[in-house]
Amino acid sequence: MSRSIRALIPLFLFAGLVALLVFGLGNDPRKVPSPLVGKPVPDFSLPELTDPSRSVSDEDLKGKISLVNVWASWCNSCRAEHQALMALSEIPDFQIVGLNWKDESRDALTVLRMTGNPYDMNGYDPDNTVGIHWGVYGAPETFVVDRKGIIRYKHIGPIDKQVWEETLEPLVAQLKAE
Amino acid sequence: MIPELGHFALILALTIAIVQAAFPLAGSLVGNRQWMAMARPLAYGQFTFLLIAFACLVQAFLTDDFSVLYVAQHSNSLLPEIYKVSAVWGGHEGSLLLWVLFMAAWGGLVALLSKDLPATVMARVISVQGMIAIGFLLFTLLTSSPFERLFPVPADGRDLNPLLQDPGLAIHPPMLYMGYVGFSVAFSFAIAALIGGRLDAAWARWSRPWTTAAWVFLTIGIALGSWWAYYELGWGGWWFWDPVENASLLPWLVGTALMHSLAVTEKRGAFKSWTVLLAIFAFSLSLLGTFLVRSGVLTSVHAFATDPERGLFILIFLCIVIGGSLALYAWRAPEVSEGGRFDLLSRESALLGNNLLFVAFTVLVLFGTLAPLIYEAFDWGKISVGFPWFNKMFLALAPFLALLVGFGAATRWKHDEPMRLVKLLWVAFALSIAVLAITSLPTFSGGHLWVPIGLALSAWLLFSHIAIVRERLKNKQGWRTVVADMRGSGRSFYGMVVAHVGVAVFAVGVTMVSNFEGEKDVRMSPGDSHELAGYRFEFLGAQKAPGPNYQADRGHFIVYKGDRKVTELFPEKRAYLAGGMPMTEAAIDAGLFRDIYVSLGEAVGGGDWALRLYYKPYVRWIWLGSIFMALGGILALTDPRYRTARVRASAPAGSAVGARA
Repeated sequence: MSRSIRALIPLFLFAGLVALLVFGLGNDPRKVPSPLVGKPVPDFSLPELTDPSRSVSDEDLKGKISLVNVWASWCNSCRAEHQALMALSEIPDFQIVGLNWKDESRDALTVLRMTGNPYDMNGYDPDNTVGIHWGVYGAPETFVVDRKGIIRYKHIGPIDKQVWEETLEPLVAQLKAE
Repeated sequence: MIPELGHFALILALTIAIVQAAFPLAGSLVGNRQWMAMARPLAYGQFTFLLIAFACLVQAFLTDDFSVLYVAQHSNSLLPEIYKVSAVWGGHEGSLLLWVLFMAAWGGLVALLSKDLPATVMARVISVQGMIAIGFLLFTLLTSSPFERLFPVPADGRDLNPLLQDPGLAIHPPMLYMGYVGFSVAFSFAIAALIGGRLDAAWARWSRPWTTAAWVFLTIGIALGSWWAYYELGWGGWWFWDPVENASLLPWLVGTALMHSLAVTEKRGAFKSWTVLLAIFAFSLSLLGTFLVRSGVLTSVHAFATDPERGLFILIFLCIVIGGSLALYAWRAPEVSEGGRFDLLSRESALLGNNLLFVAFTVLVLFGTLAPLIYEAFDWGKISVGFPWFNKMFLALAPFLALLVGFGAATRWKHDEPMRLVKLLWVAFALSIAVLAITSLPTFSGGHLWVPIGLALSAWLLFSHIAIVRERLKNKQGWRTVVADMRGSGRSFYGMVVAHVGVAVFAVGVTMVSNFEGEKDVRMSPGDSHELAGYRFEFLGAQKAPGPNYQADRGHFIVYKGDRKVTELFPEKRAYLAGGMPMTEAAIDAGLFRDIYVSLGEAVGGGDWALRLYYKPYVRWIWLGSIFMALGGILALTDPRYRTARVRASAPAGSAVGARA
């Protein structure tokens, strides 16, 4: 390979990186809705984290408004989000269903014991078998599911006071009125 | 009024940056001495006006001027004074201002300290710094001015994120930014060299102290961040492979490679174009880190309030700076001569190995950080890029690096004899094997495979460097020469030794704490005791304790070893008055060989608490090792030969690029 072509390699690699970043910016995960929004939740059945003899399935998401929260003990942002979920768990209008994702049940249970358990139930998905059908690509993510089991919204990243007040709370109020 | 002054100072700084980017460079190309001579005063002026802008913002914070939007968002009248100052860089706008201020400070320091630099080089370096400053100042003024006013004026501010109300975090960002921005100097030198077409040993010699200085700041900044995460997040971990942590690690990895590669270029005139490329990459990765943190492309606890407009701005800026410099590289690099030849067994080869390993690290961390984007873009199946993936990758490469460091530091430039190395290092090698054997015994290793490997590698790092120091002293007049060496040009040698021993200390810490740490989640009533790793934790109950701007529940623990009382601990759970989430303030009894660590979870009724107890053996060694590395850098930095740069540099050790020079 001639030296002048070799000297161009870094520039080409950088162009690839830029393409990726442009894609990332255009596809801002917080802005663009998931293709699943407006569709019924995928069929699934998972063991319950705290009690593996029970199971959590798509049936559990019907008849009630649900926040389906994808989390893991290794995920730093989930820790930041945890306290907000604890506060939300006091609100009776909806249930919070956890999807414990790519995690060890021992570590996950430790988190719940240590910092409190905001979840009404928790599907244990260590191998991403269910997460992949939900289009989960990172934790934390939160899906808002209406009473009919239709996904209405997907929030990527931690829920904080602002996200709750500006986005999720009005949405839950709207679903409640439907 | 004062915030408007700050805003005005920012605009003036921008106009200076524009002049700074244009005239000295143009002067260096057409040979106009007066234009070139503008470089120094412009660099000082740039710094002065940014300092004024920064002082105005600090003043707004100290006087609780909530008519300034940024102050209202990040401060509160109850906030202790010291955190009112650190709140200045607690958000996106202010931290950006700190970033440009440091950028100008580095430029000013180059102007001040590099008196011996040829006028053309100085002019080009300062101009390149000016170009980068234009980008950041435009970014600040157009999308993120910290001086924006708010009307109506709120009665009080929203308060600084409680996580950031901590002395460790007050100094962590300034250190980190000094490091990030410091690489802009190496970058500017590299670009100046590419513009001039002269990539010689002199260039490497000029860049070296600046690169090392930036690296020292970055090392301290990263270590502080890790230490902060350890005690403040209440989770007992010291590194989380969070995208933002990775964003600081990436320039550090490339910066480390650059420091070593610069040594080869300076001493042997080899690796010239590769070194320039690393200098470009080190700063590019600092910029990429800024982009990742502030664009919202990746999510993280550290992420600033994000705004796609800002993301787009930084991306365009990245393209101009990095794309432009890589294009310049593609144009100039083919003309660079190959430089000195070397044998397979030589220090050049060892440093080449170092560079390859560090670049491999960088690529892996970069891939892991961007993986969510990559596999979204290509629609690949599942890739696990959590904590375990990074750890696995790190463990796969680290042992090779540790082995190489011991050999590499012992080898000679250009050519070495295998027998000489064997004679020099066999004792160190035998001792390390002995450590391996002893620590492999199940009574010691507890069946953990990585314990003997980690400790033997640390031993190898330590003993090989002892052998290297002994050899240096043998060739002179014994231990007395250390003092003479330290006065003369031996400092960079000892700097290397101290930094490498720091790696050994770090490795011991990581090995011990990863394999022998103990933790226990318990529910305790007042009066209960729990055992962990030979320590007995007695819980006396929790009481309300008011703080300046928070209400706390403060637990009281007495820790015993046998019957001996070791310490009393007071972990807290704080609720800040300005709202937001409650914070855990862990209580830690620190020691050289172990930390005892208690963190309060939730109150579970009847005076009972959910608690976490930790035993962290040798965890301090992780930061101690980092301090050693930084000290090594400082030693090398103060080597007197950098102060006589011009005299030596006038005898070029490498060859210049032909006709265009």
